[in-house]
Amino acid sequence: MDDLVNSFMNGPDEKGRFGIFGGRFVSETLMPLILSLEEEYEKAKTDDSFWEEMDWLWKHYVGRPSPLYYAERLTDRLGGAKIYLKRDELNHTGAHKINNVLGQIILARRMGKTRIIAETGAGQHGVATATVCAKFGLKCVVYMGAHDVERQQPNVFRMRLLGAEVIPVTSGRGTLKDAMNDALRDWVTNVRDTFYCIGTVAGPHPYPAMVRDFQSIIGKEAREQMMEQEGRLPDTLVAAIGGGSNAMGLFYPFLDDKGVRIIGVEAGGKGVNDKMEHCASLTGGRPGVLHGNRTYLLQDDDGQILEGFSISAGLDYPGIGPEHAWLHDIGRAEYVAITDKEALEAFQLCCATEGIIPALEPSHALAHVMKIAPDLPEDHLICMNMCGRGDKDIFTVAKHLGFDMG
Amino acid sequence: MTRIESKFAQLRAEGKKAFVSYIMAGDPDIETSLAVMKGLPGAGVDVIELGLPFTDPMADGPTIQLAGQRALEAGMTLQKTLQMVRDFRTGDNETPIVLMGYYNPIYSRGVDTFLAEAKEAGIDGLIIVDLPPEEDEELCLPAQKAGLNFIRLATPTTDDKRLPKVMQNTSGFVYYVSITGITGAAEARAADVAPEVARLKKATDLPIIVGFGVRTPESARDIAAVADGTVVGTAIVARIAEKKPVPEILAFVRSLSDGAHSA
Repeated sequence: MDDLVNSFMNGPDEKGRFGIFGGRFVSETLMPLILSLEEEYEKAKTDDSFWEEMDWLWKHYVGRPSPLYYAERLTDRLGGAKIYLKRDELNHTGAHKINNVLGQIILARRMGKTRIIAETGAGQHGVATATVCAKFGLKCVVYMGAHDVERQQPNVFRMRLLGAEVIPVTSGRGTLKDAMNDALRDWVTNVRDTFYCIGTVAGPHPYPAMVRDFQSIIGKEAREQMMEQEGRLPDTLVAAIGGGSNAMGLFYPFLDDKGVRIIGVEAGGKGVNDKMEHCASLTGGRPGVLHGNRTYLLQDDDGQILEGFSISAGLDYPGIGPEHAWLHDIGRAEYVAITDKEALEAFQLCCATEGIIPALEPSHALAHVMKIAPDLPEDHLICMNMCGRGDKDIFTVAKHLGFDMG
Repeated sequence: MTRIESKFAQLRAEGKKAFVSYIMAGDPDIETSLAVMKGLPGAGVDVIELGLPFTDPMADGPTIQLAGQRALEAGMTLQKTLQMVRDFRTGDNETPIVLMGYYNPIYSRGVDTFLAEAKEAGIDGLIIVDLPPEEDEELCLPAQKAGLNFIRLATPTTDDKRLPKVMQNTSGFVYYVSITGITGAAEARAADVAPEVARLKKATDLPIIVGFGVRTPESARDIAAVADGTVVGTAIVARIAEKKPVPEILAFVRSLSDGAHSA
């Protein structure tokens, strides 16, 4: 009983709050929809047949469990803690995003919805959504900032091949937050047949909890695999954070293991400065309300939302999931920022020492591992989430390294 | 009694429908915006809805979004919006003003500070799109306590089961959103709206004002006829975007108010 009261895993409360964060800040048109989603999700959560379907698809369609891989050369190179990589980049579609998409699409099918909408930044969530929609024969519409459409052409083409309609968003400044605005506008317009598949642990309740639950497969597996390989839990978890879904998925099953240090890595862009050339909502933002939840946001003195800046389109969001905001405030997790430059160095090191081309998002996590590992003892176990592969990023990296790809 | 409540009492006594118009504060600049605002009562506007600009207006269509962007680019802020209301009040202490927008600029200012400032500036009510009844303790209850009306949106998705919850802490009037969608999208149809207003009337004694998708004097007349009044926003804001001279904008508003008042 005492443990239950002191648990960090009880959130959110019935109002969708993690402490003061989270909630349901949506227009009245959407309120009945998110209430019905919550009801259906609560039913599915305790329905064995729902999880049996998920497990089957995770195994045979996604390729789970993803390996927990001891990065030996990287460990030797850094000369300190023992580094394990949770290889979610090996999933079908190349990132952790599909873990969550499968859950939401199965739920959408149970609710009789025939049209799926999604927002995407780098395009990974869009590709995952388009993929699962193709598999189930559902109509798929993906909103993507016009600026991101430009810089992520391969993913735009992938989504179109998969049969999705990609709508470039020009409202606002044409980035991920504007894509989310337009997806919400679509949802209020097409309330009857449409399911909004959100890609991260943000948005109105129940999305932050639901997406976390679907992504928690990462942490559950990592926990078992670490026990198998090392006979004990890891000492430190490290994961990159944009909205925070891969991090929440890794962290959640360990929240009550007080001996496990938890570190989230935000995108520091050109550096966390007063010019806001970064996306580090926790490090450089303050609490506010956007996209249905209260959380830390990049905003000006007047409460107007600012655009983030990062080399990684997947981290380029001015907010962060509300559960992270709560974990930050109560001190259960630490949050740090890594610059574009540091992430690029980590990207190259990972390629050269492990033969793994990481996405720019987990390159941020790796850059922080590079900072802390050398000073930790050899028996210190670090588990880092390698949440995506870097194929989509080679053009961006080439540009920054001055390599002409023609 | 707030100015809103007095105005509706007066309209009821006269057997008249209400005409409500929306403009974005500071669009395209404070001077023009204030000039339009000052002319609205003379153009037959019973209640002014003043938009508070926000970077991420999730319930609005492109016309209102762009208006907000223009205002922000011209330097509009919450403080300047309140100052605009004070300037308006020097010449008009009667016309009710409802501030309409999103929660974050208010939350950022601090709810109690904002409410004191808004009341002092001469604002009478608030429509905050992203605060459903589930979040009433955020702003709705403190606002009512501070003497401001909190006007709720009811929508086609608000079913009978939910309706009492939506009406519970609403005051001033009820804003019925005629369509599922964003501002300025599909056209509202009186035949669809009439049964919905009747449904709402069973749950509240407050006036029901219908908006979203009302663009012409004819439409204002038809929609007002089946409700207690109507709101026009996007069609007016579109004329401001076209840089029409203020008298021309006000003449258009007059045609709309004549439409609504003829119902």
